[in-house]
Order: sequence, then C-alpha cells, then structure tokens
Amino acid sequence: MASRMKKEAPEIPAGSMADIAFLLLIFFLVTTTIASDKGILNFLPPKQDPNVPPPDIKVNERNIFTILINANDQLLVEGEYGTTESLDQDVKAFILNFGAPDEEGQALYNSLPASLQSLALRDPASSDDPSEAIVSIKTNRGTSYDIYLEVFDLVKKAYFDIYAARVNLSSEEYRALSAEMPGESDLQDKGKEGIPMAISIAEPDKQGGN
Amino acid sequence: MAKFKKKSKASTAISVASLPDIVFILLFFFMVTTVMREQDILVEQKLPQASQLQKLQKKTLISYIYLGNPKNVALYGTEPRIQANDALLNPADIVQWVNQERDLLPESERGLITISMKADKDVKMGPISDVQTELREADARRVLYAATKKID
Repeated sequence: MASRMKKEAPEIPAGSMADIAFLLLIFFLVTTTIASDKGILNFLPPKQDPNVPPPDIKVNERNIFTILINANDQLLVEGEYGTTESLDQDVKAFILNFGAPDEEGQALYNSLPASLQSLALRDPASSDDPSEAIVSIKTNRGTSYDIYLEVFDLVKKAYFDIYAARVNLSSEEYRALSAEMPGESDLQDKGKEGIPMAISIAEPDKQGGN
Repeated sequence: MAKFKKKSKASTAISVASLPDIVFILLFFFMVTTVMREQDILVEQKLPQASQLQKLQKKTLISYIYLGNPKNVALYGTEPRIQANDALLNPADIVQWVNQERDLLPESERGLITISMKADKDVKMGPISDVQTELREADARRVLYAATKKID
C-alpha cells in the first residue's frame, strides 16, 4: 500500500517557479530604498546661558579666515569676492601658513610631510599657527542650504586633505577610518594632532530671509 | 564553398535552466537589503550633494529630522516645515522630541545622540538655523547634514 502511494506522489510543476520569483523580485526592487546614512558631521556649540555674557576671546584678525555668504549666494572670502572653485586650496594655505609659529608650532611644522611644508607661505597677514587658525562661515537667513553645505564641505575637505597627507592616506581612506578599530583610531589621532578642525559657524543675520 | 554552408547549422540556443536560480539570488539580495519605510515623508526631499561624506558607525544613535517644503501645499502651506517621526513639528517642539528620542537610547549612550538633518536643497538657512538653535537648546550637538555623493 505504502509503495503504491509513493508511486502516485504528484510532482509539482516547476515551470512557473521563475515567474513567481520574478514577481517577488519586482516587488522588492520597487520597495527597496537603500538606506544611506552618509553626511557631513558637524558639532554645534553648547547653548549659551543668557545670564552669562559670551566670553570675550581675543583672537587676532589674521587668525580667522572669514567666509561670508549673502542671500544671493555670493561669497565674500577674506574681504574679497570669491567663488567656491579654489576655496579649499585657499583654506589649506591659510591653515598651513605658519606666519609666526611658537615652539610647538615649529615642531609641528617639522613633523609635516614635505608636500604640506611647501604650502607654508609664512605670510605675516595670514594665520600664525594651525592650532590658532579658525575658519569662520557666516551666512544670512536667506542663503540657500545648498551653497552653505558646499562651502562647509570644501572647508572640511581642506582639513581632511591635510590629515590624510600626514598619515599617507588618500582623503577618501582617511574619512573611512573608524574610531572603534584600535589601529585606525591611532591613525585618525595622528592625522589630527596639533591641527584642530576649528570651523566656526556664526548665527545667520536676519536681513534678506524669513 | 560548401565549407561555409556547414557552419551556419551550429545551434546557438542558450540554456535557460539556471534562470530561476539567478532570479532567486537577485531576489534574496533585494529581500535582505530592503528596509520598509516605516513613515511617510511629508516634505520634499532632494538632498544636496557633497564630497566629504562620513558614515556613522552606530545607526541606533541616529534620529532623523526632515526639512523641506511640504508636499501637500493645500494642507501645510508653502513655507519650509520640519518633520520628525510621523508628524510636522514647530521649532518649539524640537526640544521635547529630542528628549523623547534620547530616552529611547540606553543610558550610557545618551550623550552621543546624533541628529541626521535631512534638509532639502531649496531650504534657506533661516529654518536650518532655527532647528540648530533648538538642538543646541536640547543639548543634542552632534548633527549630520545628510547629503549624497557628489559625482564630478
């Protein structure tokens, strides 16, 4: 009896398998959104206590690289009309100017690879030392987010290029370093050492926006 | 001459027996990578492009906030709006929202909360800075400006 049952066991036709699989495939193709959690990281300053006046920090004008963006998305870089074209090079040259380095700055200069040392123009009107250099971005309420991010991106690029060159990586590889892997976080720290990423984002002013 | 005629007889039928297998592999790939959207996005989302993108290691620390012009103009007007979770927020509600999100995290990681700001290209800096002011107020100071890779 049992053997007869086995003989009659019906076979499922597999011909339509491909069609079913295709239907499912198309369904998942359409609903898939590849999750992208990439972006540009920014650290906001701590909130200000209204009872405490903002600290009066004296910073020499020459140590600040100012980028102003108005409501028409025009750039004013260090007091002159600018474009986003060579901005990252300008920022790099500003950070690595070494106009008047102190002892630590000089030691830092000596530790840099030759490709970065050649950028040090020692212009007295530009930054004294990478640890003093600040890049300031100020926008207007009417400035578009797109151009703001483009400028911010370029300033970050300048820093990442420097960090990457110090540890002999490409900028791409440096950004992919993870702080959780022991070997990689050392490299990360080595790149950053002595050159803090000092990007100041000023509160946008009111005119021209909503 | 006859030599040439013989060649044309060669059969060129491709075997389709492995087609289902290939399709299944593709199917599994998409099934595994699919993340179902758990919320409707009520605002326009055309992310800006940038080159210096970084990826965050811990996804659980990220909370998303969306900025853009409302898709439904009749209902929400034309001014840029802020969306978090499933609803549109006013800037004043952001502090409360951040605190709620922070409470979902384990205690040791609460200080590391990161806000991914998914802002539309066409938004102006005004609303962006309003959000940032509120985030500073809520002490959620790690902000990720979501962007797509620039293709040069």
